[in-house]
Amino acid sequence: MSAKDNFLKVKHLYHRAGFGISYADLQKLSKKNLAKVVDNLLKDSQKNDPINLVNDYESKRQLLVQAGLYSKKDLNDEEKKMRQQIVREQNEVSRDLNIAFINKMINTDAPLREKMTLFWHGHFACRSNNPFFAQQLNNIQRTNALGSFKTLLIEVSKSPAMLQYLNNQQNRKGKPNENFARELMELFTLGRGNYTEQDIKESARSFTGWMYDKDGSFIFRQNLHDSGTKTFFGKIGNFEGENIIDIILEKPETSQFIARKVYKFFVNDNPNETHVKELAAHFYNSKYDIASMMKKMFTSDWFYSPENVGTKIKSPAEFLVGLSREFYVTYNKPQVLIQLQSSLGQYLFNPPNVAGWPGGQSWIDSSSLMLRMRIPSLVLNDGEIDFSGKADPEDEAVIALSRTATTNANANMKPKSYVNANADWPKFLNTLPKGLTPLELTEFLLQPKLNAKITTMVSDNKGLRSTAVEITSMPEYQLC
Amino acid sequence: MNRRNFLRNTGFVAAGSLFVPAFMKPLEAMALDELSLYKNLVVVQLSGGNDGLNTVVPFGNDIYYQKRKSIAIKPEEVIKLNDMQGLNPNMAALQEIYDQGWMTIINDVGYPNPDRSHFRSMDIWQTGSDSNQFLSTGWIGRYLDSNCQTCKFPYTAIEVDDSLSLAMKGQTKKGIALKDPAALFRNTNDPFFKAMLQNDKEHLDEDNLGYLYKTMIETSSSASYIQNTSKIYQSKSTYPTSGFANQLKTVSKFISSGLKTRVYYVSLSGFDTHVNQIGQQGNLLKQYSEGMAAFLKDLKSNNKLEDTLVITFSEFGRRVEQNASNGTDHGTANNMFVFGGKLKKQGIFNAAPNLSDLDTGDLKYQLDFRQVYGTILDKWLDVNNADILNKKFNTLDFI
Repeated sequence: MSAKDNFLKVKHLYHRAGFGISYADLQKLSKKNLAKVVDNLLKDSQKNDPINLVNDYESKRQLLVQAGLYSKKDLNDEEKKMRQQIVREQNEVSRDLNIAFINKMINTDAPLREKMTLFWHGHFACRSNNPFFAQQLNNIQRTNALGSFKTLLIEVSKSPAMLQYLNNQQNRKGKPNENFARELMELFTLGRGNYTEQDIKESARSFTGWMYDKDGSFIFRQNLHDSGTKTFFGKIGNFEGENIIDIILEKPETSQFIARKVYKFFVNDNPNETHVKELAAHFYNSKYDIASMMKKMFTSDWFYSPENVGTKIKSPAEFLVGLSREFYVTYNKPQVLIQLQSSLGQYLFNPPNVAGWPGGQSWIDSSSLMLRMRIPSLVLNDGEIDFSGKADPEDEAVIALSRTATTNANANMKPKSYVNANADWPKFLNTLPKGLTPLELTEFLLQPKLNAKITTMVSDNKGLRSTAVEITSMPEYQLC
Repeated sequence: MNRRNFLRNTGFVAAGSLFVPAFMKPLEAMALDELSLYKNLVVVQLSGGNDGLNTVVPFGNDIYYQKRKSIAIKPEEVIKLNDMQGLNPNMAALQEIYDQGWMTIINDVGYPNPDRSHFRSMDIWQTGSDSNQFLSTGWIGRYLDSNCQTCKFPYTAIEVDDSLSLAMKGQTKKGIALKDPAALFRNTNDPFFKAMLQNDKEHLDEDNLGYLYKTMIETSSSASYIQNTSKIYQSKSTYPTSGFANQLKTVSKFISSGLKTRVYYVSLSGFDTHVNQIGQQGNLLKQYSEGMAAFLKDLKSNNKLEDTLVITFSEFGRRVEQNASNGTDHGTANNMFVFGGKLKKQGIFNAAPNLSDLDTGDLKYQLDFRQVYGTILDKWLDVNNADILNKKFNTLDFI
């Protein structure tokens, strides 16, 4: 294999398994053989660095206060104020948490772990008004991102964020709530069509009593649990939640469903069923070891075949993180990251529903594409923002509280705002080898193959800096 | 390239109507398709869950006053429509519209197993899904996908906003979002953008890259078409000053200048009135009503009201009983408004909400919102509603 060939493969690997790679690192790594590079990538990603933004102690205190207020019939003014204050704080911390996740992806030196966390973030899609719950779920996804899928599944199922979101908190003996049981099978494991309504009913009974306590810790309430006999996929027993998860994992359909989703996220929107089968069988035989599946994928020839290189539309998170990582961008007003996410249609921690973001071509419509093509010059040259995202439905209450906010939300023209970000150009330019031409820089920055038009556009020898801004503003830069 | 050449080159059929506002032309000069084909639908979204009971007030029902001790609208303030229901006093601007027969109120629209979360319920309304089903396409988007006779242009559906709602996204086709046609036109005429479009045709067969280029080309041609068609149109009507009225003014400009767009989408935000509802909702209803009245009169003066149908929805109504903060919490069924110059059933379409037969404190729905969508798809947009809504819904008799 030629050196150039390996260079391109490593670059592709890092775009898909991470959020891109600097020129200097790429040069270093592409001297090694590919199998070693994959091992390296996995080894780097053994590091698990959870987000510890939300204070455990303070959250528990708030939860207990909220529980106390919730149980009262009438609140006095003092208490109402207290309740509002908590909600205000939670909203603020939720925004900080979102920015913390983005920043972690931008700065991580365990890129595969963070990329995998982003994958599970969309797979186990969840919304929670409580930032402590949201942080906890995000850390569960991060800690188990490359570990055992079974452990990940059980921990997600026991997380207050998910118990609340899918109403298992209301699932009790004699009054089952099937929401969690249904999504567990339809969206988290087996996929639609691989279970019956009866399986949902019976498994919902098995999860009765899986709840969280006033202070937000998991608790199994024996007295609310239906310990009777259930029939699930033809098996009969006094099943509990864990038994149900075991039976679901025994079914190869689960490994196929996950492998197909991983393939669509990391390889191609249109799955090649032969490759998916291969991946699924490996996943199943490794007893659902996620790292092992990923290694299998990254060392397969098909992962590097032309139809899988530079052909995926970056998600908004991949696009923003990749751009910021590439150019060492500092956001002096991190709030802008939230505005950009919501305008581009992927506001992290706020998926449209439990099915997550549909992805692929649904990321792109005329306005989102125009905006994506303008963001690099806004971020890299601190341009002015003249667009506004829609209010998130969950923010409506906040908007409704003040006339100014309402006017702003409905204003036709928003006050001008600036991205207020700095790219570290000297640092970026320093990672490039001496004498790199604009054309070579273009080849490095873009994943799709160059065509005559781009070659002509960049051959007029502007400086590297303006070439970089121009290239990242192209439709080709939307692909990886 | 001058405009005339541009129009010749892009194959937009101008039918001689491009530069003269419709109302200034004798009818016989208008092409036939413009008289019949261009029925417009305008969808208005009230975000946050508008309290329907304080919008269309059941002043004839004592239960309403029992359940809303501090926020009920007094009978003497209500703009009475019959002896049971009337409008919130902030909606005075719509009284004339109602009296003209340009307005229909549909009570208790909802769906089975209602969801009380804003984002999920909005998702359900925008996609037209069941409450336990997750669709990644919107109902108007799927109308675009159906590639019917009336929805073949890239600008068939326009949202007057900076970003596109899920309602407008199909699998293969999507509506276009723009707040200001001149700004979009400027952006697509940026030299860099234009240079990107000077493209070798090779891109257009590649899968995702081709899709990106196709989107750019459509954006560019739509922006030119919209700007060139609408820029010479000057509205003679006055609109109130509000963002919402501005959005409607833009829609009117598009409709009146003869744009071949079928569906327009606008939203008004801030209806999540858990606290101190009276002032906040009143203020929004006033904006809504005054903007809407100006818009409808504007269309009337341009002879476009008969070709236009406006619907207004919110993701849910509120609980019948008020809360302790002079507000209301999330509820279920809600009223919808329909406006137009050719309504079949004017006034109040169906029975007022039954406040003595509730579902754990919430209104029971009389009509599924997809019956309303289905009616519009069948009778106004000329497509088979089952193709768009994934199952057949019985239509209603309001158009």
